[in-house]
Amino acid sequence: MFGFLRKLWGTIRRPSVHYSLGGLTMGGFIMGVIFWGGFNTALELTNTETFCTGCHEMRDNVFAELKTTIHYSNRSGVRATCPDCHVPHEWTPKIARKMQASKEVWGKIFGTINTREKFLERRLDLAQHEWARLKANDSLECRNCHSAESMDITRQSPRAADFHERLLFTGEKTCIDCHKGIAHELPNMKEAMLEGSVVLSSAQAAASDDLHDYLNQHAQP
Amino acid sequence: MTRNVWITAAVISFAGAAFAQEHVATLRSGTPLADNAEPPAIAKVVNSDLRQVRNYPEQPPLIPHKIDGYQIDLNANQCMQCHSRTAVEVSQAPMISITHFMSRDNQFLASVTPRRYFCNQCHVVQVEARALVENGFVDIDSVLEYVEQNQGSSD
Repeated sequence: MFGFLRKLWGTIRRPSVHYSLGGLTMGGFIMGVIFWGGFNTALELTNTETFCTGCHEMRDNVFAELKTTIHYSNRSGVRATCPDCHVPHEWTPKIARKMQASKEVWGKIFGTINTREKFLERRLDLAQHEWARLKANDSLECRNCHSAESMDITRQSPRAADFHERLLFTGEKTCIDCHKGIAHELPNMKEAMLEGSVVLSSAQAAASDDLHDYLNQHAQP
Repeated sequence: MTRNVWITAAVISFAGAAFAQEHVATLRSGTPLADNAEPPAIAKVVNSDLRQVRNYPEQPPLIPHKIDGYQIDLNANQCMQCHSRTAVEVSQAPMISITHFMSRDNQFLASVTPRRYFCNQCHVVQVEARALVENGFVDIDSVLEYVEQNQGSSD
């Protein structure tokens, strides 16, 4: 094994015997273009709604739910496709997300959510992953289209204007904190609350911590 | 003579039928039964966020905002995102009334009782549309005022 590596290294660092320098340079350049272009084309191909809904898991569950919402059908006809919300638009975070998605390929191969029942059972789990992601990046994918700077709150309903002024502009909350379940159905929110993934007010959180401590100390048989 | 009576009766009944056909008020507004009437335009939902008057004290308050796509099912109740006991501090929305915590045995529960869970069984939005049929409802205050004014004359 070591001998083989040493031989390979020897070949690599020796100048070419048969091929011209120009041929090698041009060949390297052309192959680079082909591989890089191919890689990006493949990347973009997996970044389309057609690709996402190619599997029944997405087509029959989440995509079917999206169709009734404002992000699919609305007065001005602008719509969001799957990757608009679920894949970062910039290159580095996009690649990071794509590497994460290899786990989704695993799920597809082993049928983690290949029936409606399995999907419903895991809906909370799946939703929490997306909520956590959007919470962590300050709802980046929402803000790709909905920028707070361009938001004219005088054109919003008084209720919406008040909320955005009080919570969004001050940075106290981010889009996903209030706008859960706008594009897909919500999972069991009671369970979500119990697991503490939904942001409680600090007083509530403290109270629930106290309660847990109390129960742990006193509820033992 | 009898023949004339029969003819008169027949004429009257035909005329009556024709009259009825023209003047019976229906929501189909004169479209023949076999045809499909053109549906009216979908009215806009009132989205003023201003509380509206209740016509009687027991009336479930009207919803003064849009509720498009609000999910109310076993998994989630999106109305409660703002109107629950714990949410009103942030939302400044009216909290669901204490009656919503009462079971049918008048026991107060820790959270919304199942029989009050489905908000839009009682609470509805309003649309900016003309009433399809005239409504002669009179507010109780008007009735009382009327009674008070007419008490002297009726006694």
